[in-house]
This record gives sequence, structure tokens and C-alpha cells, in this order.
Amino acid sequence: MRRKLRYLGGWWWMTPALVLVGVFVYYPVLQNFQLSLYSWNAFSRAPRYVGMDNYATMVADEVFWRALWNNVIYAVVSLIFQVFFALVLAAILEEFVHRRLAGFLRALYFIPTVISITVSGILFSFIYNPEFGLLNKLLQAIGLGGLTRAWLGEEGTAMGSIIAMSQWQSFGYTAVLFIVAIQRIPRDLYESARIDGAGRVRTFVSITLPLVREMTTLLVIITVSGAFLVFNEVMVMTAGGPARSTHVLGTWLYFNAFMADDMGYASAIASFIFVITLALAIGQLAYGNRKRVEW
Amino acid sequence: MVTASVQDQRRTVPSRLRRSSTTVVDVVAHLLVSVLLLALALAVLYPLAWMLISGFKTNFEIFSDPWGLPATWRVENFVAAANKGVTTYFVNSLLVTAGSIVSTTMISAWAAYGLARTKAPLVKYGGWFILGGLMVSPTVALVPLFGLLQQLRLFDSLVGLVVLYTAYRIPFTTFLIRAYMVDLPTTLDEAATIDGAGRFQIFWRVILPLSKPILVSAALLQALFSWNEFAFALVFLSRRELKTLPVGLMDMQSRLLTDWPVQFASLALAALPMILVFLIGQRAFLRGLTDGMGK
Repeated sequence: MRRKLRYLGGWWWMTPALVLVGVFVYYPVLQNFQLSLYSWNAFSRAPRYVGMDNYATMVADEVFWRALWNNVIYAVVSLIFQVFFALVLAAILEEFVHRRLAGFLRALYFIPTVISITVSGILFSFIYNPEFGLLNKLLQAIGLGGLTRAWLGEEGTAMGSIIAMSQWQSFGYTAVLFIVAIQRIPRDLYESARIDGAGRVRTFVSITLPLVREMTTLLVIITVSGAFLVFNEVMVMTAGGPARSTHVLGTWLYFNAFMADDMGYASAIASFIFVITLALAIGQLAYGNRKRVEW
Repeated sequence: MVTASVQDQRRTVPSRLRRSSTTVVDVVAHLLVSVLLLALALAVLYPLAWMLISGFKTNFEIFSDPWGLPATWRVENFVAAANKGVTTYFVNSLLVTAGSIVSTTMISAWAAYGLARTKAPLVKYGGWFILGGLMVSPTVALVPLFGLLQQLRLFDSLVGLVVLYTAYRIPFTTFLIRAYMVDLPTTLDEAATIDGAGRFQIFWRVILPLSKPILVSAALLQALFSWNEFAFALVFLSRRELKTLPVGLMDMQSRLLTDWPVQFASLALAALPMILVFLIGQRAFLRGLTDGMGK
């Protein structure tokens, strides 16, 4: 009996976690796939089985493709700023700047990360405001008054303005993670490189870059899957407008589920998003199992 | 501490080498980098300062003099913001955050203990099951959860929100804590066993107190998540008096319309707590982030 209890020991401790994750995380995802085969809304008594109709709707839906495209742009811009730029920034902070100042700047750049997206989203919608916004006033002040516009109100600039806010909010987070990765590189490698006469750029390319590769890969995947899950930024700043031009997959899902009341179609979009993020997660696992860089 | 001493060495040794080879290019590069870092610091701080200062202005001042300071600092804007909803939202956010910190860290610590300290067969599969939950994002689960929460009578209640915030953060938190517990020497458990302690006592009296640093990190990251979470709060709360800050602020935006100073004041009030928590608990915060990323 005692042995049997011992046998179950680990499971007792994990039970609450397993139940919560099973019921509220796994079950909804599986149900998504099932729900996506039906046509139903919040009030319908009997959902009607429609097979792959919702997916056919998706393929034919222009807004869906627009949203997907917006997610892709989001991912590309985020890779540039939150991976490439953040890595360069981290290297500069670690190599160029005095340690005390570097610590101060690191904390400062991190601050936007701890603010809720609602706050930063509304704040930036004020910055973009055509009447009193800082951006237009700044452009006027430096003689570029011709460029002033309603940044979130025009199709040409709305998506870019949202993405810009997102970079402002997130670059500090990835920069801090890169700093930690750089600090784990043995210092004597840098010493030898300098004695060998390697310049700063050369050192960055030949030492820092290859030795933070693991963190880079991890952040590439996190950034890309984050870009496919964008939701709050768009909801807060434009709710998908103007003319549905700033919808991303997440908001288009929300709009169909809770505004247009087409739950089946929303489930199909959700399943699509899940498959994308699952593929990225599997890629991450596969890469993580490869041999680490030795030094 | 180790990194600090290593860095000190790095500062002293190569600076001698560096000085001998200082060129014009170096000076220009240094200048450019300094300008870049300063510009970035301004880009982060100025919008936040503008938000705070505009909260003290009159509507007229916001339009006529967006860069300047208010003629009189109108604290009453903040009082108005508090009375028009911020207080209610603040209390709701506080309740949800506190509740989910307790439930998430406790349940995750139990699971982490089970994973780190029992050798029962198949336990590792339980671990994979929990970890796999990381692949599911809240947006994807919105539609099925909508039905599930209504069936469980957790719709439109703060308890329901706490349950979701717990379930979706258990995977990350469990593995954060597990990584720490695995590194605690098992001799401690053995000594306690010899003293007649059961598994339960070992957990409460030995392992949990020793894990305090990582529990603090886990609690801070959970606070950041629940204080700022948006999608669940948007979909699963409908009564205005239950709204948390992120969704409440959006609600206020549509109610206040052109009362800009009060809107700015509300944003500042909502952002301040997490900024303060971060500045005070910075070390624990960053430890949680970086350990969570895997070493």
C-alpha cells in the first residue's frame, strides 16, 4: 500500500495543475477544431454541421488574407527591431557603455514592457491624434508640416503606426534577454580577440553573434509567434479600421465571434492560428534538441 | 557577482590597449553611439512624461501647448479620473492579480515539486503535458472558453478570470520553479526524512522556504501578466463594475470622449503601479525572465 502511494506520489502534487491545464487550455483547443465544422452562433440551439465550409469561407475571405498579410508585416518589422536591433543595442550596452550607466539604461528601456498594452495603445493614439498629437506637432516644428496626417485614420499609415507602437513597447524586453546571453559569454574570448587586433565590429560578428545564436533563435521564434497572436494593440488603437485595413487574425476572429456572431467561422480562424503557432513551437523544440554551441 | 568581477577586469585591461589605438573613427563611432542611446532614452521617456504632465493640464492647454508645462497643476483631473471609474477598475485588477498570484504560484510550486522530487514512472509525461500548454495562446481559445465558462457559471465573474489567469500561466510558472528546485541539493530532503518528516512537511518546511527567490520572481511575472491581460477580460467580463484596468480604460475612453486631461490622468494612474513594482523588484523580475528563457 505504502509503495503504491509512493508510486502515485508525483501525480498527487501535479493533479491541480494537470486538471486546470487540461480543462482550460487543452480542451478548448481541441473543441475549436470540432466547432469549426459547424455553423452556429451564441444563441443557436442546434449547431448545423457544415463540414469544411467555414474553411472554404476563410480561403475566399479578402479580410482574412489582409489580416494574415498584416501579421506577416508585423512579424518582419518585429524581427528587425526586436531581434536585430535589440541585439545590436545589447552589444553596445555591454561593450561600449560604462557598467553603471548600462544598468540604468537597461532598466529605462525596459519600462515600456511593464505598461499594459491598453495604456500604451491609448497613449500612442493620442500621440498620433491629428489635432493635438505629438507626432504632427513634431513634424510641423521641424518643417515637415506636409507630412502631418491622421495617422490611425488613413489606410496607408494605420497599420504602420500600430506596429511602430509595438516596437516602442517591446524592444527593451528582447534587449535585456540578449544582454543576459552576452554576459554568459566568457570574457577571455573578447580579450584574445582584442589582443589579436580585432575591431569592435569584427568582435561582434565573430564572437558575440555566433555565441548568442541560441538566444537569437529562441527570440526569433517568440517574436514571430507573438506577431501572429497580436490582438490588444489593434483592438485598442483601431479595432480593425479604417475599412477593416488593420485587422490581424486575432481581431478578425474576435470580430466574427462576438460582433458578427459567426462562431463557426471564428473557430476556423482560431484553428488556423493554432496550427501556425504550433508549427513554430515544434520548430523551437526541434532546434533546442540540436547540439549547443560549445566553447 | 561573478559576472560583475569579470566585467571589472575587462574594463581595466583592454582600456590600456584601446587608448593606444584611438582613432578619429573611434571618436566618431563613440559620439554616434552616445547620440543613439540618448535618443532612444528620450523616445522611451518623453511619451510617458507627456502622459503624466498632460494629466495636469486643461483641455485648452493640451491643444494649444502640447510641449509645455501646465500653468497650474490640476490635481483634480486625477481625482476625477479616480471617481469616474479608475478606482473600481483598480480594485478589480488588484483582486484578480492578488488571487491569481496566490493560486498560480502555489499550484505551480506543487507541480514543480512533484516533477523535481519524485521518481514515479511516467511523471515526466505529466511534465510534458503541462509544458505543452505553453503552445496554446489565449486568443485561440476565446470561442470554446466562452461556452465553457458559461456552463461552469464562471462567466462575468472575477473568479472565472482568476481561474483562467492561473491555468494559462501554470505551464510557464511550473517550469520556472522546477528548474530552481532541481538545483536544491537532495541531501536536504534526506536529512529531513531522517528527522521524521514526510513529503508534505519537506515541501512546506524545507523546499518552499528555500525556493523563495524564484517564488518572488514567479509572483512578479504573474503580477505583470494579470495586471495587463486584455483579451480574456474583454470577452469574459460584461458588467461595468467588474472590469479590470485594461478593459476599463477602453470603456472610459468611449465615455469620456473629449475630456482629454482626465483620460491622460487615468492612463498615468493605471501605468504607475507596475512601473513602481518593476523599479523596486527589478532584480527578481529579470531573474524570472531570464531563468524562464532557459539557461
